Amino acid sequence: MMKASTFPALFAIFVAAVAAALSGVALASGGADIRMEPSQINRLDLASQQRGLRTFVNYCLNCHTAKYMRYNRLTDLGLTDAQIRDNLMFATDKIGETMTVAMRPADAKAWFGVPPPDLTVEARVRGVEWLYNYFLAFYKDDAQPSGWNNLIFPNVAMPHVLAELGGTNRLVTQEFKDHEQAQAAAIAAKGIVVLGPGKDHTYVVHTIATDTPGTLGPVEYQRMVADLVNFLDYMGEPAKNKRLRIGLVALLYLGVLFFFAYWMKREYWKDVH
Amino acid sequence: MQKLLTWIDDRFPLTALWESQWGKYVAPKNFNFWYYFGSLAAFALVIQIVTGIFLTMSYKPDALRAFESVEYIMRDVSWGWLIRYMHSTGASMFFVVVYLHMFRGLMYGSYRKPRELTWIFGCLIYLCLMAEAFFGYLLPWGQMSYWGAQVIVNLFSAVPIIGEDLGIWIRGDYTISDITLNRFFAFHVVAVPLVLIGLVAAHLMALHETGSNNPDGVEIKKQPKDPATGLPLDGIYSHPYYTVKDIVGVIGFLAVFSAIMFFVPDMGGYFLEANNFIPADPLKTPEHIAPVWYFTPYYAMLRAVPSFLGSQFWGVLVMGAAVVIFFAMPWLDHGNVKSIRYRGSTYKAWLAVFVVSFLILGYLGVVPITVWGQFPESWPVLGGADRATVVARVLTIAYFLFFALMPWYTARDKTKPVPERVTG
Repeated sequence: MMKASTFPALFAIFVAAVAAALSGVALASGGADIRMEPSQINRLDLASQQRGLRTFVNYCLNCHTAKYMRYNRLTDLGLTDAQIRDNLMFATDKIGETMTVAMRPADAKAWFGVPPPDLTVEARVRGVEWLYNYFLAFYKDDAQPSGWNNLIFPNVAMPHVLAELGGTNRLVTQEFKDHEQAQAAAIAAKGIVVLGPGKDHTYVVHTIATDTPGTLGPVEYQRMVADLVNFLDYMGEPAKNKRLRIGLVALLYLGVLFFFAYWMKREYWKDVH
Repeated sequence: MQKLLTWIDDRFPLTALWESQWGKYVAPKNFNFWYYFGSLAAFALVIQIVTGIFLTMSYKPDALRAFESVEYIMRDVSWGWLIRYMHSTGASMFFVVVYLHMFRGLMYGSYRKPRELTWIFGCLIYLCLMAEAFFGYLLPWGQMSYWGAQVIVNLFSAVPIIGEDLGIWIRGDYTISDITLNRFFAFHVVAVPLVLIGLVAAHLMALHETGSNNPDGVEIKKQPKDPATGLPLDGIYSHPYYTVKDIVGVIGFLAVFSAIMFFVPDMGGYFLEANNFIPADPLKTPEHIAPVWYFTPYYAMLRAVPSFLGSQFWGVLVMGAAVVIFFAMPWLDHGNVKSIRYRGSTYKAWLAVFVVSFLILGYLGVVPITVWGQFPESWPVLGGADRATVVARVLTIAYFLFFALMPWYTARDKTKPVPERVTG
């Protein structure tokens, strides 16, 4: 029978076992490392969201739907029903309808391989950071059925719909023998960088470079993408700004209430000794 | 008013019920911070029931419309987003509160004689809560809802011989489908809540029969009575003392609750998972399926147990045992004191092992097993094995040793003498 004093030894073994397993954690490497560009969007900038909405309706809402989003909800962005009706509604004339398209899912599957996903809550699935970078990460790739590929969504079925605006990019690949060199190159590189395993225990660093500029300059294009993502983020949760506003009021109210509740408790408990 | 009360009391024990359950219930005066979580759990239950009723008014338990109806609630129903966030945040907060409440019970020996039944009712509530959370998680019909349910139901399919039929019986189909959604809805909104409310009533009645434990583990009922008040020396009336104190707790809880609900309702993917904003697709398995955080310690155990004799059933067995073992606590603990305040270092160390195991297992349950990489190939025995799996195995064993060795280490622990009176 063990004595109680043997316990510290057991405990030490337990700690050592966990520590040993954790020791190499920093060295562990999974798949590819991605460094994204920060997206600068302002959820209170309604003008930015309106511009994003225009891009969305012109470029996305032909193949993609937003079937949980009603046209008249767009009044959130400071638009009137008449403005919405005249400028944004091409597929329906009922302001209470949701944003759908005429393309049938079966056709879409035949044309693209996968039906384009509904975009209503896409920002909640991907996050704004990812979406922003996604639109900047397209490059020409003749091996793909669509002729396009994407640095952060490899082998994506979607073609680069915004190419006329953003221009055409090509993939730039650097190969390295060891991980440290690859990391240094990744840190030195500009823009979106993907560091991943290459052939025969090498490491590759992928970036993209402009081939032909688009009708917008790089800065304007980035601003346009930021506006689009800002709109997608709004559409993912139209009540978000209201939620944050009410949250502040609720917390202030609870703070005051807490003070009075605590005061009441102290008064009552004065006679408990 | 008094006349009305007398009229009712002649026909129904309203005053007697109020007085025995709360109004004249005598509780120890030294409850500390940990004693807020009982009333908070009851409060969380009320939030879930009330918001649940409103959600049911707009939700459609239909595989073709469920996802859409949740978005409808989030967008088109007046204040629907708030009610939905209250319910989703409430689910996680309920577990936070219940885990803290259970930990309180462990620390102060609240499961010990004469409160065994209070503890057992509590364990049953915990089981019910897990079932309730599991059934409810399918309802939004997102990818995580669907595949999470698939994984859990498949656990039952791992039972030898009858497993496959058992799985079909639970689902009502060969895969999770519309019929599964409908029955889970029935369980989530009717069956389990009914049982839950009954168990909560039993838990409280049992507690109010024996009287509450306290951070010192002193039995106030055994104390002499104060001649002036007729109460035990360290006893006070719950009302108004703990009424006003619990109100402070409720407001503090609401502040934390609101901070999460209004500012980070998805809690970085832990309360609402990003993949659950993609409608359920039976043909597309998500790359990484993780249960919601409150199940992850058990999920980590499930994954850690290797298959044996060609069956995954052992993992299921271990996972089930990890929950059920709580029931045995009153009989595993042979210590001569209740509270951690008077226990020796051995018990404290084992409790620390248990808590650390539970927390790290909880973390490991949310991440892929490759998260910490593999041991170098050159290592003996462990070479090439996933570090996370090995850690999870060690911790699973530690988790069970806390219980299995309890009769031994609690009996031999060097305890301190328990005072006659509570220590404030």
